[in-house]
Amino acid sequence: MEVTITLNGTECTHDVEPRTLLVYYIREAAGLKGTNIGCDTTSCGACTVLLDGRSVKSCTVLAAQAEGRTVTTIEGLAEADGTMHPVQRAFQEHHGLQCGYCTPGMVMAIVSMLAERGDHVLTEADVRLGLEGNLCRCTGYHNIVEAALAAARAPELRL
Amino acid sequence: MIPASFDYVRADSLDQATGLLERHGDGAKVLAGGHSLLPLMKLRLAVPEVLVDIGRIPGLSYVRDGGDHLAVGALTTHDEIARSPLVGSQLPLLAHVAGQIGDPQVRHRGTIGGSLAHGDPASDLPAVVLALRGTLVLRGPGGSREVDSEAFHLGFLETAVAPDEILTEIRLPKMGELGWGFEKLTKRAQDWAIVGAVAARLDGDGSTAIALINVGPVPARALAAEAALEAGSSPAEAAARADDGIEVSGDLNASEAFRRHLTRVLVGRALEKALV
Repeated sequence: MEVTITLNGTECTHDVEPRTLLVYYIREAAGLKGTNIGCDTTSCGACTVLLDGRSVKSCTVLAAQAEGRTVTTIEGLAEADGTMHPVQRAFQEHHGLQCGYCTPGMVMAIVSMLAERGDHVLTEADVRLGLEGNLCRCTGYHNIVEAALAAARAPELRL
Repeated sequence: MIPASFDYVRADSLDQATGLLERHGDGAKVLAGGHSLLPLMKLRLAVPEVLVDIGRIPGLSYVRDGGDHLAVGALTTHDEIARSPLVGSQLPLLAHVAGQIGDPQVRHRGTIGGSLAHGDPASDLPAVVLALRGTLVLRGPGGSREVDSEAFHLGFLETAVAPDEILTEIRLPKMGELGWGFEKLTKRAQDWAIVGAVAARLDGDGSTAIALINVGPVPARALAAEAALEAGSSPAEAAARADDGIEVSGDLNASEAFRRHLTRVLVGRALEKALV
């Protein structure tokens, strides 16, 4: 079946089997390898992407369910000139990664968390709870949380 | 992990969806958010021939004030329920429990209807609906019918939803300020409950309902503990009877004996919160 998704701002159409999971659509059909597959069981969050702006685990969504929707992956965050998204920059400045495998999912989960916070000022506890669906097997959570809190203070993200 | 092959149909209306279910019978499964069904399909524990995606059918995602109750559309996500001001003020127990399911990504996709229709005793929401004596609205090719929560869960992953029916709405009586408690034990924050318990004061007769999560093969009420409270027992005495007459499962996470212990302890804690 043909599945059309606006992926990182560009509409793309690929002929895939109905059983194709969104993460395989992104990685294999569209060729964007930034989204990692970790546990493949909705647990680890490595495959987190934004579906219509909200974080989802793309190993547990069919590509067909995203037909006509917008999907944002880690490749879609930086600006065209390479300027990093504030969350990416915060990860760099606060060394929010060790091996880096969970990083794309962590970054996308945090982007969604920041978009959903409204007027609420995120606390460390909010961030730790908000990242309950993302596992870091290097156990590098401390700097990830620091990066999220720094990004939450970024003026360009205050709408 | 890749699911076995299936035909995918996106339904535009309930009539179309129930028509497809009627035609394909047991070979078809209903897909909403997919957060119960897709994991089973990836493990090939579920191998449907046809997947009927109801996720785009308009008018199934809502929370409505029905006077003495709230009506929640089956496609309403856990995240929407947890954030709903109406649910927060009238059914704080439901808002709290919905906000504790899985993790944010799961709550963005998982729906209340999917959780109920899947019939997994490890899910949190069936216990809330059981405790509050909710009503479930099922729509089939011949029209709609209502089922009491008491009669909804028939067995492990088995509910009163017929193969050609779709759960469309869940109705729960308003709680207002009535006390409630929710406890669950998980190894990691996002995990399914090893055991969980819901306690809720009910309007009207002032009785207290207790429902259990992941204790046996079917979502169940702790009737012996409820009766003990009714007869004037203290919360602690009632909690000691929480597993009386309950079929209790043992698995890799907890033996039967440990589950019985957890049931009594968590019911005790839930009652302490509900009965302050």
